[in-house]
Amino acid sequence: MGAEITAEGLVMTYGDVRAVDGVSFTVASGEFFGLLGPNGAGKTTTLEMVEGLRRPQSGSVRIDDHIPSKREPELQRRMGVQLQASSFFERLTAREQLDTFGALYGVAAGRTDEMLEQVGLVDKADDRTEDLSGGQKQRLSIACALIHDPDVVFLDEPTAALDPQARRNLWDVLRSINDSGRTVILTTHYMDEAEALCDRVAIMDAGRILELDTPAALVRGLDAPVRISVAPGTLDADEARAMAGSDDVADEESGLTITTRDPARILTELAHRDALDGLSVKGASLEDVFLDLTGREYRA
Amino acid sequence: MVAFKSLAVAMLKGFFRDKMAVFFAVIFPLMFLALFGGLLGGSGGSEIDVEQVGKVSVLDDAPKEVRAYLKESLDIHRTSDEKAAIRKVRTGDADAMITQRGDTLVVRFSQADQVKAATVQGTFQGIVQSANIAVTGQQPKYALEADQVEDDSLSTIQFFTPGLMGWAIASGATFGAATNLVVWRKNGLLRRLRLAPVPTWAVVLARIAVSVAIAAVQAAIFIGVGVGLFGLQLTGSWPMIVPLLAAGTLSFMAIGLLAGAVAKSEEAAVGIANFVVLPMAFLSGSFFPLDGAPGWVTAVSEVLPLKHLNEGMLDTMVRGEGPGAALLPIVILLGFAVVVSAVASRVFRWDD
Ligand SMILES: Nc1ncnc2c1ncn2[C@@H]1O[C@H](COP(=O)(O)OP(=O)(O)OP(=O)(O)O)[C@@H](O)[C@H]1O
Ligand SMILES: [Mg+2]
Repeated sequence: MGAEITAEGLVMTYGDVRAVDGVSFTVASGEFFGLLGPNGAGKTTTLEMVEGLRRPQSGSVRIDDHIPSKREPELQRRMGVQLQASSFFERLTAREQLDTFGALYGVAAGRTDEMLEQVGLVDKADDRTEDLSGGQKQRLSIACALIHDPDVVFLDEPTAALDPQARRNLWDVLRSINDSGRTVILTTHYMDEAEALCDRVAIMDAGRILELDTPAALVRGLDAPVRISVAPGTLDADEARAMAGSDDVADEESGLTITTRDPARILTELAHRDALDGLSVKGASLEDVFLDLTGREYRA
Repeated sequence: MVAFKSLAVAMLKGFFRDKMAVFFAVIFPLMFLALFGGLLGGSGGSEIDVEQVGKVSVLDDAPKEVRAYLKESLDIHRTSDEKAAIRKVRTGDADAMITQRGDTLVVRFSQADQVKAATVQGTFQGIVQSANIAVTGQQPKYALEADQVEDDSLSTIQFFTPGLMGWAIASGATFGAATNLVVWRKNGLLRRLRLAPVPTWAVVLARIAVSVAIAAVQAAIFIGVGVGLFGLQLTGSWPMIVPLLAAGTLSFMAIGLLAGAVAKSEEAAVGIANFVVLPMAFLSGSFFPLDGAPGWVTAVSEVLPLKHLNEGMLDTMVRGEGPGAALLPIVILLGFAVVVSAVASRVFRWDD
């Protein structure tokens, strides 16, 4: 169960675009690993090299003792893959897609119903894939990746087209896969997703890994201030400014916001003055780390 | 083996659920068969309608056997109005008008249908000559025995069924392989299959099996309709069309794979396949015999797989030749398939 992945110095260039420019990381058996980055960062290309779909121009990949680009059936049977673009057989129903992919991996058709259940497509089992919505297709594509109960799962933006419910449900599915000891690698644009699911996250931009750590450590490393807000009229702005530890105070119609690097102290003060009406505390998120690292301008 | 089977089933379902593909592979060629078989005078030579004005002694006084023979090829109506009879010939309601002026048999015909015009002249020439001999009281010295070289039952349907069937199978296999390859490459299924523990040969073999199966269905429907509705008669070694069709399908699949490997989009693949298949069908005698074609056409047709498939099928299905007649075409078709597949595999890409 699970598999260990080592990527070392991966490079892939298309013409003069260095899509992946020296990426190294290891994923432990049973770990949930995330690749986070803006459009064009090189996430898909990295993942494709790890899966064995592309041979790295330089560098190497190992999954346990296998080199994935050799496409050994023993390894491929243990890998579940969802590509960024859903790919299905034309004019087959959802159930038939699962049966077919199952057969390709040598599993009995029995798991099809279980998978349809897991991704919430029981009602759509007999619809052709052409008639499914974008999110339903994506869920089916993930089900096809999981049909053979793989040890290591690669998911390229699995939740990109999903509505909030489907996204949460899929998180549950992915967590349960990971809890049973399987290795999962996913790419995503969503910070909350990476924070909620991943043991470790690599933040990528322009073909390089900028930062690689647990989500909590990444946020801590940012040393970003916390924002504490209370309802309007709860506290006088000047009083707030006078508090020890308050860096900045914004008095707006929606309420009063104190920016601080010492939230514990401010909160104690507020409690002391019985000024906790409509309290909200916003810590730094992975999003802040991400924006801090990659900047705000559009990518190619 | 499981992988091969499930891939083949998926491809077959994909084909039979594609109404357009089924229409173009089966219904469309059948429409041509009905058109050619029905319009171009399905069964046997058509009779000649003759308007006879007044008494014509060479016909009326001919011996019984001769009259019986004439009855087979001539449909004679008697009338007394010569002008009306000529008008009928002119408008095409009759093929010829005959009348007798003294000792001269007068025949008027229309040049609109040249074949009928020639038949009319020839027939009455013969009647007059034999009447002349009969008058001399001599026994004719020479006799003519005419028989066609093909099977006795030969009719247009005998020619068109193999040709149109060849065309149908060529389009089916070429388009099937070309679109399959492009669609799977574009939607990423080829890449996805590369990551599944499925050997490439299983994918290729599944496609071959599906193409051959579709060709078999096409052939069964064609022969069924030909025999059932249009009086097609198969000659002795017709089962040789099975290996012929299998070899032909491989050739056309190879063309399709090449088109699919070169084309960037499904539309382009269909365009390229059309560009190859339609001229090939004309040049291979699928729609009309190549007997009168100029030399360069015959030369070009020699490199076209459909030409050899058509020849092989004509020989074994309707010309009554032995099974050996299929061997050379099969060898040529397989050779063509090998060469073109090799080229296709050189330009093949897994993704765009
Ligand atoms: N087949 C290709 N040919 C040429 N350039 C490519 C190709 N695939 C990717 N690229 C380029 O490589 C870079 C990285 O692409 P990649 O698809 O890996 O990004 P990504 O991080 O997955 O982006 P996204 O979040 O949009 O999916 C981009 O600049 C892209 O334009
Ligand atoms: Mg991507």
